[in-house]
Amino acid sequence: MSRPFLEVKDLNVRFETDDGIVQAVTDSSFSLEAGKTLGIVGESGSGKSVTSLALLGLHRTRSNAKVTGEIWLDEQELVSASDADVRGLRGGKMSMIFQDPLSAMHPYFTVGSQIVEAYRVHHPGVNKKVARERAIDMLARVGIPQPARRFNDYAHQFSGGMRQRAMIAMALVNDPKLLIADEPTTALDVTVQAQILDLIRDLQAEFGSAVIMITHDLGVVAELADEVLVMYGGKVIEKGPTIDLFQRPQHPYTWGLLGSMPRLDREVRDRLIPVKGSPPSLINLPSGCAFHPRCPYAGRNGDRSFTEVPVLTGGVHSVACHMPPEERNRLFQEDIAPNL
Amino acid sequence: MSENLLEVTGLQKHFPITKGLFKRQVGAVRAVDGIDLTVQAGETLGLVGESGCGKSTAGRLFTRILEPTGGKIVFEGQDISHRNMAQLRPLRRDVQMIFQDPYSSLNPRHTIGTIISAPLQIQNIPTPQGLKKAVQELLELVGLNPEHYNRYPHEFSGGQRQRIGIARALALRPKLIIADEPVSALDVSIQAQVVNLLEDLQSEFDLTYVFIAHDLSVVRHISDRVAVMYLGKVMEIANRDDLYKNPRHPYTVALMSAVPVPDPVRRDRAQRNRVLLTGDVPSPINPPSGCRFRTRCWKAQDICATEEPPLVTRLDDPASHLTACHFPVVDDEAVTGRTPAAAPA
Ligand SMILES: Nc1ncnc2c1ncn2[C@@H]1O[C@H](COP(=O)(O)OP(=O)(O)OP(=O)(O)O)[C@@H](O)[C@H]1O
Ligand SMILES: Nc1ncnc2c1ncn2[C@@H]1O[C@H](COP(=O)(O)OP(=O)(O)OP(=O)(O)O)[C@@H](O)[C@H]1O
Ligand code: SF4
Ligand code: SF4
Ligand SMILES: [Mg+2]
Ligand SMILES: [Mg+2]
Repeated sequence: MSRPFLEVKDLNVRFETDDGIVQAVTDSSFSLEAGKTLGIVGESGSGKSVTSLALLGLHRTRSNAKVTGEIWLDEQELVSASDADVRGLRGGKMSMIFQDPLSAMHPYFTVGSQIVEAYRVHHPGVNKKVARERAIDMLARVGIPQPARRFNDYAHQFSGGMRQRAMIAMALVNDPKLLIADEPTTALDVTVQAQILDLIRDLQAEFGSAVIMITHDLGVVAELADEVLVMYGGKVIEKGPTIDLFQRPQHPYTWGLLGSMPRLDREVRDRLIPVKGSPPSLINLPSGCAFHPRCPYAGRNGDRSFTEVPVLTGGVHSVACHMPPEERNRLFQEDIAPNL
Repeated sequence: MSENLLEVTGLQKHFPITKGLFKRQVGAVRAVDGIDLTVQAGETLGLVGESGCGKSTAGRLFTRILEPTGGKIVFEGQDISHRNMAQLRPLRRDVQMIFQDPYSSLNPRHTIGTIISAPLQIQNIPTPQGLKKAVQELLELVGLNPEHYNRYPHEFSGGQRQRIGIARALALRPKLIIADEPVSALDVSIQAQVVNLLEDLQSEFDLTYVFIAHDLSVVRHISDRVAVMYLGKVMEIANRDDLYKNPRHPYTVALMSAVPVPDPVRRDRAQRNRVLLTGDVPSPINPPSGCRFRTRCWKAQDICATEEPPLVTRLDDPASHLTACHFPVVDDEAVTGRTPAAAPA
């Protein structure tokens, strides 16, 4: 049996810091097929970006970082691969778009020349003229007006939405098979966000790439993802097909996320129902279930929530929680769903 | 019917653009360019619009952190448009501001005790049980541990820092609070905690809020009335339910349809019904003639370039629902499709 296009197994990422060891990602496993979109959600500091940087091998340059586990991309294992091999894939077979395009683009080179450069790194034989045509073509594809003229502009001469488009052009110039988008629209207005999400969707349909969409906006996930991972304190605490996860969320934290969110497609609720408390420290994670200090149901499972780390169980839709599934379903139907 | 706490008419703020040694003025950023609105005592007025449309500038005019270039600001019946610093002092008690970035708005070298007590000291407010007690009561009110009086801002999370900012704003028991993106930087669960806190404080102290945000869902949740701004002007203003159920201005319609729907089952419908605005917001230095939205509007006609549509009641809307558009969107109008890629300049 062949592997999924992307398969991550027991990924762990930790950082040694002056304050102690930051266990940023713990035992994370997931997979993704070509042409599909995986959404990763979770609050700030839950390990979303650290996960994506691990896929791209970007922790290798950090001496305080330790990455273990397996990352299989198209049958090739990346954690144990050589630096040169990973570099050869980055920007080629897999590429990334960030929240802040300015951090990804050089201020002293024109936008066009940077796309040309990104292309030529992976196509060394190609001459300048062909690479330039390719870059202009990409700028046009992402909807930059007058691409041949804008080719010579610097990033700061672009509006926020145009910069994000230019970064997408750069990320897609080598037809990546895996595109990782880390909060690509968080800094943008909804109108521009709609344009960018539309663009990512169209390009994905055209190129058949696998996409990982990292966001803290459940609305973005609902519109784009085939599958969703919910992360909490560096762990995957719920995972499943998007429709299933929105219709029958299983983890109390996921309930909290949904309860916190005012939504335009429903009547106005009297009151939002937030998760109480604040996110955990990754240096000193709470014992047992890391969510227990904030979970209203922690006491229902004897001591287990406080002493035993719950593992992700279930089929396609799986959850890491000690509560018996029947009780979880009943709670959701009776107490949670009516208030969402 | 409650009375108007704040009334602004024809309000303008133009930031001069200067050039050369003698700072000759060569133009102006028309950040706020003639807005009329009222804020009633006890209500929450939401202010939405894309980045750069003038929301923060409007908020800073309302609090008179900025002086208007034109128009009038009337607070509790008094014209405060051009009062000087000394004359503004009583106003500083009544009107407070909460900012988006709780970190940069709190001095890192001061304890939160010092930060929250500063307004009390500046205004010489008597604190019968002592300053420390007053601050600790405020901390408790916003859900922070009163013992943390001596801690520094960096020891708090983003949500906690926003609570500190709220405690500071509440110290003088203001009547009006202008909250400029108070939850935009927070995670959704913390955002919900702060929204609930603001709602509780409002009912406890009869506060009036102007709530500035670009998140239309949060604004709908918290507001009684909502004003939609575009390029320095109010395009539409109405009671919350009227605005969200029957948006009249094409810009309001486009803005709402762009919000992602957190329901994967309705994904296709949401995408089909989306009005995709193309192009960028024009420069506020040289806004389009007539209707400012016309360069991105799919309903624009000749008159839109020559005549600025007044902000008035349209169709059979209630008197409280005002729209600045010659061709307001009627109920059930099909608005799908995209705006022309190259709209006329
Ligand atoms: N190089 C590093 N050294 C030490 N700690 C790090 C490093 N990079 C990330 N971390 C820590 O790892 C944790 C996870 O961070 P990560 O950036 O993945 O969060 P995130 O889920 O992407 O959050 P956000 O929504 O804020 O982007 C955080 O506690 C962060 O401080
Ligand atoms: N002090 C200033 N000098 C010159 N221009 C300014 C100044 N303050 C704001 N502007 C300009 O005025 C316009 C409106 O800015 P403002 O900050 O009010 O927008 P906003 O709606 O709050 O946007 P955002 O959602 O990004 O906070 C922008 O074009 C901005 O660049
Ligand atoms: S394991 Fe216990 S504490 Fe954790 S989410 Fe489930 S019920 Fe709550
Ligand atoms: S006045 Fe004309 S251009 Fe402006 S919003 Fe209405 S239809 Fe569009
Ligand atoms: Mg991140
Ligand atoms: Mg602002």
